[in-house]
Amino acid sequence: MTNMTMIEAIRDAMRCELERDPTVMVFGEDVGHVGGVFRATEGLQKQFGATRVFDTPLAESGIGGLAVGLGVQGFRPVAEIQFIGFIFETMDQICSQAARMRYRSGGRYSAPIVFRTPFGGGVKAPELHGDSLEGLMVQTPGMKVVIPSNPYDAKGLLISAIRDDDPVFYMEHLKLYRSFRAEVPDEPYTVPIGVAGVVREGSDVTLITYGAMVHTAVQAADELQRTRGASVEVIDLRTVMPLDIETLVTSVKKTHRAIVVQEAQRTAGVAAEVIAQVTEEAILHLEAPIMRITAPDTVMAFGQIEEEWLPSVARIVAGLVHVLDF
Amino acid sequence: MEAQHAAGSWTEALWRRCYETVVRARTYDEMAHVLQRSGKVAFHVSGIGQETAQAAAACALNTETDLFFPYYRDYAFMIALGMSVDELMLSLFLKAADPNSGGRQMVGHFGCKRLRVFTGSSPVATQIPHAVGAAYAARLRGEEAVAFVSFGEGSSNQGDFHEGCNFAGVHQLPVIFFCQNNRYAISVPERWQVAGRIVDRAHGYGFTGVRVDGNDAFAVYDAVRTARDRARAGEGPTLIEAMVYRIQPHSTADNDLLYRTREEIEQHRARDGCSAMRAYGIEAGMWSMAQEDALRAQCAHALKQAIEYAERAPYADASTLCDHIVAEGGQR
Repeated sequence: MTNMTMIEAIRDAMRCELERDPTVMVFGEDVGHVGGVFRATEGLQKQFGATRVFDTPLAESGIGGLAVGLGVQGFRPVAEIQFIGFIFETMDQICSQAARMRYRSGGRYSAPIVFRTPFGGGVKAPELHGDSLEGLMVQTPGMKVVIPSNPYDAKGLLISAIRDDDPVFYMEHLKLYRSFRAEVPDEPYTVPIGVAGVVREGSDVTLITYGAMVHTAVQAADELQRTRGASVEVIDLRTVMPLDIETLVTSVKKTHRAIVVQEAQRTAGVAAEVIAQVTEEAILHLEAPIMRITAPDTVMAFGQIEEEWLPSVARIVAGLVHVLDF
Repeated sequence: MEAQHAAGSWTEALWRRCYETVVRARTYDEMAHVLQRSGKVAFHVSGIGQETAQAAAACALNTETDLFFPYYRDYAFMIALGMSVDELMLSLFLKAADPNSGGRQMVGHFGCKRLRVFTGSSPVATQIPHAVGAAYAARLRGEEAVAFVSFGEGSSNQGDFHEGCNFAGVHQLPVIFFCQNNRYAISVPERWQVAGRIVDRAHGYGFTGVRVDGNDAFAVYDAVRTARDRARAGEGPTLIEAMVYRIQPHSTADNDLLYRTREEIEQHRARDGCSAMRAYGIEAGMWSMAQEDALRAQCAHALKQAIEYAERAPYADASTLCDHIVAEGGQR
């Protein structure tokens, strides 16, 4: 066990897999010599050589296409897209090439690629750096979408993603990179893709979220416990595609109330999908409509008003109170 | 032509393989057009006018080791690699047994693991960085392979062309970029697509560029063979610009007389590489009109059988809709 930040856990996952599997490769802009703009890949080129861990030219579509070419050749590329907003430069290669390779070839080829990218609000990274674009990826058949909230899950989920035979979009929340440490096993281990985690058990209302919002949600749950004695069950989705509906429905059948919190814009996102599916499965168990606490449908706010734009403890508490008093 | 043949790079067997491929592709293509016009199939996109360049390029490659990233007009290229007319017909009829995609893609979107052909798709030039990645993979494995990627001149304006060429140049990868300049991107003529010459872009990427007459099989063969030798010797990629002409409209859904004249088409038809190859073969004593008739009869027979086979073949069952989204047993 080592006490690690999330970025250290992410680096450790890549190190473990580069060591274990000679087909694993790591590349992207600035990931080689300097180890990435956030240092997620620091030291990996030195340890594994510049053939397997390398800097690419500044060209995201080329990175995506290179990964597809390596993937269909039996390699397992871990391609870093330097910031979430730069995926727009390579949407074709990610969404229409990598994600559809298996389908398009009738199962004859696959593209086992991990696209890693930092994202998320709360550190005053402006638009195209802090956006939450998981909704675009969730609507991409063939793509799995993973968003860890802590160092332990980050390592286990990244190892699962690298070992997965299909492409995985792995989103790393900027605010969580270095905000806290946790015990992480030194050896390789997996956290399964598609399984949510119950962060805290509760009986009165279910609070469903993912990424950095897990921590905001826990604060909100604490506050509600303190102010009303309400018991909030907090669930961390960990994977937003595929969704672990079973865990969500089990919880909602117990609490009869739920809210969903996401940093992303409101419309047609993960929260909307969670609500739709939980409602389909458990409407007769619900005592109140399921609420969404989200960012508004705008471009990501500039830094000065970021805290207003993002879901806050106060907004989540208000949502919980609304649902409890409905 | 005579000089190159006399130089000894072509045997009679090679000429025959190349020419027969061109004729098989041409007759297939013409039949596909008839099938579309008679309502038997929904759509066809033609490679007529480009077969000589395609067949000659394929003949210069190693079909046992190389990695192929063709584009949607590469019928002659695919036939030269070993795709049968039966298989092309299954694809044209969008049937389940189509080896390219099981009827899941448009026609001409090739992909065949048996033939080392990687699955391409409709947004043009996306296959270019794939070829570059595959070349990187081949080098990592220490394999003999050269990645060969073909595309039209329209594709040369996409970012993926530039990004792929640039990476291949930086890493001196074994890639042959084969641009079939057929002068039109659907309706947009070459002069509104590029200000300079596509071949000259190679210099900007730090590798060799060669422009050849795509109707001249010998010239194309030499260019591709030289590029392959260079790639194998670790001397990096080559951009080949084969000058051809798209004799047919872009597709069966296009009216090309809205943007070009019959006279222009006829001028280019007169320079068709297929006729030139035949004339050369006859003059060199390698071919006769009797052999030509026999080949055409054989093609017609094979096409008839392929059509009957493809018409009878089943479509992919609706129950397979969810197949191949993710790995079998994988979560979705």
